[in-house]
Amino acid sequence: MTNLLDVADLTVHFQSDAGAIEAVDHINFSIRRGEVVGLVGESGSGKSVTSFAILRLIRRPGEIKSGSVRFDGVDLATLSEEQMRRIRGAKIAMISQSPRTALNPVIPVGKQISRLFRLHEGLSARVAEKRMLDMLDLVRIPDPRRRAGQYAHQLSGGMCQRIMIAMALATSPRLLIADEPTTGLDVSIAARILDLLRELGAKTGAAIMLITHDLGVVAEICDRVVVMHAGQVVEAAPVRSIFHAPAHPYTRALVGSIPRVDRDVAMTPIPGSVPSLLNPPPGCRYVSRCDHATDQCRVARPPLESRGQDHDVACYYDIGRQTGGVAA
Amino acid sequence: MAFLNYILRRLAFVLPTLFGVSLICFVLTYMLPGNPALVKAGPFATSEYLQEMEKQMGLDRPVHEQYFRYMSGLLRGDLGESASTGRPVTQDFLQRLPATLELTFASLLIAVIIGIPLGVLSAVHRDTIIDHVGRVVGITGVAMPSFWTGLLAIYVFFFLLDVAPAPLGRLGSGIAPPETITGLYVIDSLLTGNWQALRSSLYQLMLPAATLGFSVMAPVARMVRSTMLEILESDYIKAAWAAGLPRRTVIYGDALRNALIPVVTILGIVFGFLMAGNAVIESVFAWPGIGNYAVTALMTKDSGPIQSFVLFVAVMYVVVNLLVDIVYGLVDPRIRLR
Repeated sequence: MTNLLDVADLTVHFQSDAGAIEAVDHINFSIRRGEVVGLVGESGSGKSVTSFAILRLIRRPGEIKSGSVRFDGVDLATLSEEQMRRIRGAKIAMISQSPRTALNPVIPVGKQISRLFRLHEGLSARVAEKRMLDMLDLVRIPDPRRRAGQYAHQLSGGMCQRIMIAMALATSPRLLIADEPTTGLDVSIAARILDLLRELGAKTGAAIMLITHDLGVVAEICDRVVVMHAGQVVEAAPVRSIFHAPAHPYTRALVGSIPRVDRDVAMTPIPGSVPSLLNPPPGCRYVSRCDHATDQCRVARPPLESRGQDHDVACYYDIGRQTGGVAA
Repeated sequence: MAFLNYILRRLAFVLPTLFGVSLICFVLTYMLPGNPALVKAGPFATSEYLQEMEKQMGLDRPVHEQYFRYMSGLLRGDLGESASTGRPVTQDFLQRLPATLELTFASLLIAVIIGIPLGVLSAVHRDTIIDHVGRVVGITGVAMPSFWTGLLAIYVFFFLLDVAPAPLGRLGSGIAPPETITGLYVIDSLLTGNWQALRSSLYQLMLPAATLGFSVMAPVARMVRSTMLEILESDYIKAAWAAGLPRRTVIYGDALRNALIPVVTILGIVFGFLMAGNAVIESVFAWPGIGNYAVTALMTKDSGPIQSFVLFVAVMYVVVNLLVDIVYGLVDPRIRLR
């Protein structure tokens, strides 16, 4: 069976007065059916831009320069705008990172869900209303009938995120893109939201692309991880490999920067910050922050290559050979 | 309940404002050079008669007594007398008010009907030819004084093209006004089924309303444009696109509904501007409203109507802004429900 999503060679530029900002640079990754994939990286690494590019929602001054996005075997670039619109929300749904501001302030939240049933499934107002209430029940919103008539500003952050999830899952999408779904929520509420996502994903068979900078979240619910740095994919591997045998120096640094209480190891922050994506140099974009950088790294960009079972890395330096993996 | 509270709080602000307005009106008239008694008595009055007149008008009393007299008159609806018509100002006013209101509402309607879509189009097609044309049209409307556009419109549409009627009031010659219900000819002729009066009044209204509407369309369009631009970048609009909502729903439903909230505020300001702007346009089109009345009074230094006009416009402004606040609460659930 084909992958649910194949992103190949995708490049997104934003034109600015100073030149092109290469926000996403020739990235490759896949998502299988029903899989939970974490897209990980610091702010500005191109994670959100990638998700908007998948939905073909990049607008001026942004532009998809090259590459293809195949969803369910169909190259999305070949679809008309109207065909694409029928995929958005129905086949590929998105949960945004700020639930409160992602809900329209002047439309009751229930209506924001029920209208999706009417739009994508052509249901009558009455049936759509019933399905909406079922959805609110599913995401465990107490007293759904009352909540449905309320507005975003009357609900708590966690409640808004549940509404967003209900909205995203309403039309049983095959792929759910969750962009930092737990940012700004209390830890305990965040954990419950993640549980809910995982549970509902499994129940509906939807694959989840979880965009986050939080490896703790990744460890909790992901099957596989795609690590992005400065608009490029540097490593992709099953979640166990990422934590137990990270190959790219950046991934190692990310894993090393997780604070741990179970062991007496100082957490090490990653030096420097994401380099400027405005006319970046040709080589590896991690070179200025990397301990292992060589002249080769500065000249040519390392290709994303397989390092064993389901494990791709874009680095000239072979950490596995040097250190035999990070003990964990 | 919260909303009732909100309205009551707004109301509480209105009373002191109205008091302030009346005070300013009084002080301005008091400080104005010229003797009102002299105007009333006429240029050939003897000094005894003048003194008698001053006494009769209370001008010999201390200022606080004069103010008290003025205020108690005001509260009884007594705005004094017009020296030129010899009738109570209140009576003159009520007779002319419907004409002004009709013109104002018609202009506002034109400004909204053209301004809002223009603003939306400019925002959606930002920095394209559509946006630029919208900007030029808007700036022209603001930059050209309305008496000038009015005269120009009369010259082109009446004199050259002959598609507009002569600028002589609210009805064509020989047409009887419809039965008075609201005093607005268009509404009254509609209500009474008087099609002849309806056609004539719409025809007469067309040019002055378009002129005034054109002058205030720009602020409406600019406001819609800037709020739309902001809202189109908001998270919930991005979410709406991502949810696969059709373009029309996203722009005219989700986005415009939010953009109209600040536009309500602008409409309040525009309304005030129209009330004042009426004075000039009514003169140009011989429109028998209160603006025309005030301009005539200004020419003859007839202080009663001038003072009343200023007071009236100010009061209307306050009342309209109160209504704006209430409408604001109705359209924005964040104010209505807390």
